[in-house]
Amino acid sequence: MSEAFARPEIRKPKNNVFKKTKVLTDNVLHYCPGCGHGVVHRLVAEVIDEMGIQEKTIGIAPVGCAVMAYNYFDIDMQEAAHGRAPALATAIKRMLPEKFVFTYQGDGDLAAIGTAETIHAVNRGEKIVIIFINNGIYGMTGGQMAPTTLKGMPTSTSPYGRDIQTMGNPLKITELVAQLPGAYYVTRQSVHTPVNARKAKNAIKKAFENQAKGCGVSFIEVVSNCNSGWKLSPVKANEWMEQNMFPFYPLGDIKVDGELVK
Amino acid sequence: MKELRLMKGNEALAEAAIRYGVDGYFGYPITPQSEVIEYLMSERPEERTGMVVLQAESEVAAINMVYGGGACGKRVMTSSSSPGVSLKMEGVSYIAGSELPCVVANIQRGGPGLGTIQPSQADYFQATKGGGHGDYRMIVLAPASVQEMADFVGLGFELAFKYRNPVMILSDGVIGQMMEKVELQPQQPRRTEEQIRKECPWATLGKTPDRQRNIITSLELDSSKQEVFNNKLQKKYAEIVQNEVRYETINCEDAEYVLVAFGSSARICQKSMDICREQGIKVGILRPITLWPYPYQAVKDLVKNGVKGFLVVELNAGQMIEDVQLAVAEKVKVEHFGRMGGIIPAPGEVVEALKTKIIGG
Ligand SMILES: Cc1ncc(C[n+]2csc(CCOP(=O)(O)OP(=O)(O)O)c2C)c(N)n1
Ligand code: SF4
Repeated sequence: MSEAFARPEIRKPKNNVFKKTKVLTDNVLHYCPGCGHGVVHRLVAEVIDEMGIQEKTIGIAPVGCAVMAYNYFDIDMQEAAHGRAPALATAIKRMLPEKFVFTYQGDGDLAAIGTAETIHAVNRGEKIVIIFINNGIYGMTGGQMAPTTLKGMPTSTSPYGRDIQTMGNPLKITELVAQLPGAYYVTRQSVHTPVNARKAKNAIKKAFENQAKGCGVSFIEVVSNCNSGWKLSPVKANEWMEQNMFPFYPLGDIKVDGELVK
Repeated sequence: MKELRLMKGNEALAEAAIRYGVDGYFGYPITPQSEVIEYLMSERPEERTGMVVLQAESEVAAINMVYGGGACGKRVMTSSSSPGVSLKMEGVSYIAGSELPCVVANIQRGGPGLGTIQPSQADYFQATKGGGHGDYRMIVLAPASVQEMADFVGLGFELAFKYRNPVMILSDGVIGQMMEKVELQPQQPRRTEEQIRKECPWATLGKTPDRQRNIITSLELDSSKQEVFNNKLQKKYAEIVQNEVRYETINCEDAEYVLVAFGSSARICQKSMDICREQGIKVGILRPITLWPYPYQAVKDLVKNGVKGFLVVELNAGQMIEDVQLAVAEKVKVEHFGRMGGIIPAPGEVVEALKTKIIGG
């Protein structure tokens, strides 16, 4: 039993320091319990709130589980066609350079159907933030193979596990993107523990600060879970992620202030 | 001040865009329309008006840049030719489904597939009957001169913003490449953010405390709401049909036979009509300017006036003829004459076809 339950006097309104950030709406999240999407939404919203840029921020939702992200952020938002968010962001930022523009995309959206838009937006050094949720699977459509699906990992379209010979290798798009001069900040984070979530938030904040300074693309990959697609409980999914995803997709900064991290 | 210049159709379109105060152009090179982006780049529009001009990585990216800009209430456009326009169709459907304004120019070339770089009008079906998925409509303007290439930019944006709907300028390689005298409009300023906020309260320019957040989306998973939305779209389309039909008639008052043609075909038909008139054959021309909404009533009126037959002249295998047939309803003869593969028929060929297919046939 936690201390708060053991000592009810602690649960006074004045001690309620954990609040919903005002940049999130009151809508109930449609994500599966335990899914990382909700946590990342919150972190992005907190950063927008803390930086006081709610009135100046335009977000772009993907096609994927986060397709209705616009229901949760209390900011102006656009919903892009599958994979095209970086193209929308490019135009918005070019025509409204004083605004803050970010895309929020899954791995299918960003690294399969939208690969060209991703690579070229980064290569042009668009002054935008890209939040990339890598859960190694197509969550929304029911757990099909993603470009980031690990070797041997079963999905509904690789039921006997991803066969590298016939299905290709998992794509480390983040490492690829980091090679491009237009990428200013590239990092890989996770949000499955409070410590990781705090680190991820710092990264997101740094990304928006980079945009304020007019630097190139800040690209934040969040290695995340998909309990439903992986067919694991939230706790088991996080364990599986630590054991299998992190070795292939190691957490940490890849490029900072335009310099590759050695 | 108005200004006269000798220009290519593609250049006139580009210059008109700068002068109309367009905020952004996003394109990808393809013959026979690359002059649009080449002209824009060479004009330094970022200095002239602050207009953004960007060569995208593909037509797919370009149309989605248009989506992003249109969703901010900006005047944004793109242009391409047939194979590239096919790639844009997903985006056009999203733009229609999100009710965004924009102008898309198609300087048509022959198809299918990679086809030819020579002129064609074979994208009539794509432009007027769908192209992308879903029950949507695009307003389609068909310029028949370099002057109209310039004028339809402004008209296109007026209609696009009036109805929050994509507008296509359906041109072809003839009109895009030929040089003619064009009267250019004086420079208009680009709208300020304040003006856009007032004119387009739906635009995603950043949520201010005085309003709810703006969301631009074409998604509605609730079937009943999706049907309500579709009905709303259809109501808008009905309004466009009611208000925006545009066409030109030439010598139709006493015409016994009418050539129906748009764009470059209509130019050829002018000469064909002159030849016929010299020979004492009373021929007129109906030139649809809006291909959607289509001037069905104008065709019906001609039937009522006693026109004995229509020859539909197109640079394709027979596409617009279906709309003429719909209006004529088998009351008089309707035939098609067209060349394909990028071949431009001589006026005499049209006269011949009129004689054999309609008058003599
Ligand atoms: C053009 C197009 N192709 C396919 C789809 C179907 N589709 C919707 S979401 C999705 C995959 C999403 O996966 P991901 O980007 O990894 O996001 P997640 O749902 O895992 O968060 C697919 C294939 C679509 N909506 N549009
Ligand atoms: S399907 Fe997967 S990614 Fe989608 S909400 Fe559920 S857990 Fe999250």
